[in-house]
Amino acid sequence: MNLISFSAENIAKTFNRRKIFNDISFTMKEFNSLAITGRNGSGKSTLLKILAGVLSPTKGEMNLVIEGRVIKKEEYFVHLGLVSPYLQLYDEFTGWENLDFFRKVRGLDTADEYLAELLSRVNLSDRKNDFVRTYSSGMKQRLKYAFALIHRPVILLLDEPTSNLDDEGIATVYQIMEEQKKSGILIVATNDKEDITMCEYVIDLNIQTLKKGEK
Amino acid sequence: MKTGSSISATWTIFKKDMYSELRTRYALNALLMFVITTLSVILFSIGNENVSPELLAGVLWIIIFFSTMSGLSRTFVSEEERGTVMTLHLIARPLTVFFGKLLFNLILLGALNVFTVVLYLLLVTGFSVVNYPIFIITIILGTLGLGSGSTIIAAIIAKANTKGTLYPVLSFPILLPLLLTVINATKLSVEGVPLVDAIGEFQVLISYLIVLLAISYLLFEYIWKE
Repeated sequence: MNLISFSAENIAKTFNRRKIFNDISFTMKEFNSLAITGRNGSGKSTLLKILAGVLSPTKGEMNLVIEGRVIKKEEYFVHLGLVSPYLQLYDEFTGWENLDFFRKVRGLDTADEYLAELLSRVNLSDRKNDFVRTYSSGMKQRLKYAFALIHRPVILLLDEPTSNLDDEGIATVYQIMEEQKKSGILIVATNDKEDITMCEYVIDLNIQTLKKGEK
Repeated sequence: MKTGSSISATWTIFKKDMYSELRTRYALNALLMFVITTLSVILFSIGNENVSPELLAGVLWIIIFFSTMSGLSRTFVSEEERGTVMTLHLIARPLTVFFGKLLFNLILLGALNVFTVVLYLLLVTGFSVVNYPIFIITIILGTLGLGSGSTIIAAIIAKANTKGTLYPVLSFPILLPLLLTVINATKLSVEGVPLVDAIGEFQVLISYLIVLLAISYLLFEYIWKE
């Protein structure tokens, strides 16, 4: 029996009568990875927001099953992690304070050591006590990874995962993606060829079909 | 998530808003400046005139209502403007967010009202309260009602493009029953009637609060989602 199953059935989204995409369907099991591609404005980020449960689809259903238990829509955030350019962290708090806030709101009993390890992993240890408003865009992007991984999500959703990052940051992100593929499900919205080749399946929103990726 | 952890998450959101407010002064400065400016204008316009205490009871609530309108929407609007709404979506249940924000607004409005009332009692010479228990209960219930109403309305208008103007426009009809009742109860405290004569007003205020909280509880998830 599969431990994790995440499926979308005929997902459609319309904004002000303008159809963004229609009939998106897929099923991902644990250790699967999916790349969502498409030209600008094709709805990659919108689809990712719908999958993350922060936006409702106009039509269609999603289904998340973990160890035989169907997860309610309002509980998705417990199992999902998202990194996206739209995501903003709190500028008036330090990197550490941001992570501490997320840990407490989520009700995690995560130790300080784990937060320190996360910050070290995204190379922000020496800036952890600085306000986020003083961070560069690349540093903010790194902190978003710490935010997304703090609760060890079974599904990791990444929108333009390597944007704003330097070579070292990109290498860290690829390592995070590889690890996620070994522990759960990875879904990436991107047009970057290297990102796409890391995924097993590809949905091209221009043609709206799921196909096996080119490894 | 268990009830205990929901309460703890609500408290964490409240604390985050509190620290955020102390660091950014998004709402606090606007509220304080509004109270001081309005009070000064009222004092200048009254001059040496003898204004009846009943009329001054209404003026007090006009100051409180409009200062609420000038700052209390910030709790949701600032999250929307800074783009941190999605972050909150990804870490907490809608009701946890609502109750955290509600608690913050109640504390903020409570502190502001204490400041306003003390200043009003000290500076407006024609306004003298005879029955303090009625006055204090009215301020407490009025703060709870005004804070609850303005929190749910702030959540609605945060999604709109014309946030600033929409807030008082949408709030006025919803808060009108509350305003009429608190003005009436404040008048009773100034007239010095016995406490039992104000029970009817208190019952209206408590009912209003219960209805408002029940509606907020049922509707917030839909407001928050889109």
